[in-house]
Amino acid sequence: MTMRRLLQSREAILLAVLVAMVLAIAARFPQFAAPASLANVFNDTAILIILALGQMVVILTRCIDLSVAANLALTGMIVALASLAAPAIPVPLLILMALAIGGALGAVNGILVWKAHIPPIVVTLGTLTIYRGVIFLISGGEWINAHEMSDAFKAFPRTVILGLPVLSWIAIATVALFAVLVTRMPLGRAFYAVGGNPHAAVYTGIDVGRTRFAAFVISGALAGLCGYLWVARYAVAYVDIAAGFELDVIAACVIGGISIAGGIGSAGGAVLGALFIGVIKNALPVINVSPFWQLAISGLAIILAVAFNARAERRKGRVILKRAEQAA
Amino acid sequence: MSDASSTPQPRHIPDTLGTRWGRRLRSWETLLIAVLIAVFTINALSSPYFLNAWNLSDATFNFTEKAMIAFAMAMLVIAGEIDLSVAAIIALASTAMGHAATLGFGTPALVAVGLLTGLACGAFNGLLVARFNLPSIVATIGTMSLFRGISFIVLGDKAYTEYPDSFAFFGQGYVWWVISFELVLFAVLALLFWVLLHRTSFGRAVYAVGNNPTAALFSGIRVARVKFMLFLLTGLTSGIAAVCLTARLGSTRPSIAFGWELEIVTMVVLGGVNILGGSGSIGGVVLAAIIMGLVTFGFGLMNVPGIVMSIFIGLLLIAVIGIPRLVSPQSRRVE
Repeated sequence: MTMRRLLQSREAILLAVLVAMVLAIAARFPQFAAPASLANVFNDTAILIILALGQMVVILTRCIDLSVAANLALTGMIVALASLAAPAIPVPLLILMALAIGGALGAVNGILVWKAHIPPIVVTLGTLTIYRGVIFLISGGEWINAHEMSDAFKAFPRTVILGLPVLSWIAIATVALFAVLVTRMPLGRAFYAVGGNPHAAVYTGIDVGRTRFAAFVISGALAGLCGYLWVARYAVAYVDIAAGFELDVIAACVIGGISIAGGIGSAGGAVLGALFIGVIKNALPVINVSPFWQLAISGLAIILAVAFNARAERRKGRVILKRAEQAA
Repeated sequence: MSDASSTPQPRHIPDTLGTRWGRRLRSWETLLIAVLIAVFTINALSSPYFLNAWNLSDATFNFTEKAMIAFAMAMLVIAGEIDLSVAAIIALASTAMGHAATLGFGTPALVAVGLLTGLACGAFNGLLVARFNLPSIVATIGTMSLFRGISFIVLGDKAYTEYPDSFAFFGQGYVWWVISFELVLFAVLALLFWVLLHRTSFGRAVYAVGNNPTAALFSGIRVARVKFMLFLLTGLTSGIAAVCLTARLGSTRPSIAFGWELEIVTMVVLGGVNILGGSGSIGGVVLAAIIMGLVTFGFGLMNVPGIVMSIFIGLLLIAVIGIPRLVSPQSRRVE
C-alpha cells in the first residue's frame, strides 16, 4: 500500500478525527489527555471494542447480530449464578464457561441462519427477546449484587498488569487476534468472500452457510466473554444490564467503515469506531456537557459515517469505470 | 401409448395455482386466524376474567398504537426498506407536544405539533434513504439515536405532565360503550392502508419496488419517490401513535415507547410480510397485531410477567418464519 493510499484510508481519517477531538478537548481541559485518563477511556471502551470486533465478522458476511447485548446479559447472569452457587470455581474456568455459553448462544443464531434460512435480522431479533426472557426465568427477576460475588470474581478484570487493567489487556489481545484472523487466515478471508459476493464464494469452494455460522459463533463467544467481564467490572447482574448496547456495537462498526452490505471493513476500523464512541462518552462530563447529549451525538455520528461509507463505495466504482474508459 | 408418443398432445398448464378457495385455505392469513382462535379459546378457558367486554376493551390498548405504525412499516418492508426509528419518533413527537403544552397550546394545536413532528422525522429518514441512497437499516439506527437523543437533551431526567384535560380523549376516550377512540382509529387506519396497498396503483408500485427496484425503475415507477412517501407515512403514523400514547399516559419521558421498534417489526413479520421485501398483506398485520395483544393480555391475566411473554413472542417469530422454510424447500428457493 502506498503512503498516499494509506493516508486516504478510512482508518487514517478516523484516527485523525479522533486525535483532533482529544487535542481539542485537551486544549481547554488538559487533564483529559493525561496518560492515566486516556488509559481509563480505553479501559471503559474495552467491552465495546471486543463486541465490535465480533459484530464485524458477522457484518462482513452480510449478516447482523442484534442479540449480542442479550447474550452478554444472559451469559453474565449464568456465570454470576454459577460463581454464587460454587464460589470455589476458579476465574479461568468461569471465563472458559462464559466463552462456551456465549458461543452456544451464538451457534443457535448461526444454525437458524444456516439451516433454516431465516434472515439474520429476524433470527437475532427473536433470540434477543428470548435470551432476555430466559435471564428473568433463571434469576427470578432478582439482582445479584456486589456483596454476593466473591472477591476473586470481581477482582480479575481490575487487576493491573504492566500499568493497565486485565480488561484492557483482553481487549488488546482480541484486537491482535482479529487483525491476524481477518487478514491472514483462510476463515477470515472467507468472511470477506461470503459478504463481497456469496455466489462467487460458492464457486471458489467456500461454504457460505458454514462461514456465516462460524461468524455467529465467534460473535456469540465474545459476547459471552464480555458477559463475565461486564458483570465482574460493574459488580451487578440483572435482567436489563447492557440493554440497547447492541446498537452501540453496530454504531461502532458503521463509524469504523464496515459496510452493512458486507465484504468491506477492517479490525482497525472497528476499534477506532468503538474508541470514537468511547471518547465522546467519556469526554462529555469533562467538558461539562450533560451526558444526555451523548445519544444524539452518536446518532449524528452514525448518520455522517453511513453517508461517508456510501460515498466512498460509490467513488470506488467510478474510478474503475474511468480506468476502463482510458484503456479502451 | 405409442400413439401418444407419435402425436404430440397439448399439455395442460394451469394458469392459477389451485382454486381460489384452495389458495385462501393455505394462505398465511388462514394460519393466523387459526392461531387467533386458539389463543382466544385458551385464554377464555384459563381465565374467568377474559370474556368480559371491558377487559377485552382494555386488551386492545396492548396493540392499537403499535399496529398503527405496523401498517405503514409493513408497506415499507414490502418495498424492501425498514425504519427502526419509529419508537424514537414517538419520543420526539411526544416531547414536542409536551413542550407545546407548557407554552399553553390547546388540544388541536398539540395534535398538529405531534403529527407534524412525525412527518418531519419521516421526511428526514426519507431524504437519507431515497435521496442519498443510504442503507435504511443503519440510517434509521442513526436517526433513532438522534431523535431520542434530542428528546433526552430537552427533557433529561424530567417529564412533561401538563396536558389539557380535553387532550386525554385521544388515549382514554370511548366512542361508544366499550369501543375506544383508539380502537376506532385502528380500524379506520387498517381500512385506509388496506385500500392504499391492495387497491391503488401506489400499492402495486410498492410491491414492484420491493421485488425488483431496477425493473420497477425501468417500468416507469419513481422508485425514490415511492420510498420517500413510505418513510413519510411511517413518520406520520408514528406521530399519530405518539398523540394516542401521550394522551393515554398523560406524561412524556424521553424513554417513552422504548424498544417498540422491535415489537412493531415482529408484528409485521408475524403478519406474513417478507422481511426481504416483495410480499405481504395488511390483513395479516391486523391479525398479527390482535394475536400479540391477546397473548400479552392473556398472560397478564394469568399473572405471567411481561418478559416471559416476550420469550413466547420471540419463539413465535422464529417458528412462524422458520417452519415453512424447513418444511417446503420451495419457499427457500424464492430467495
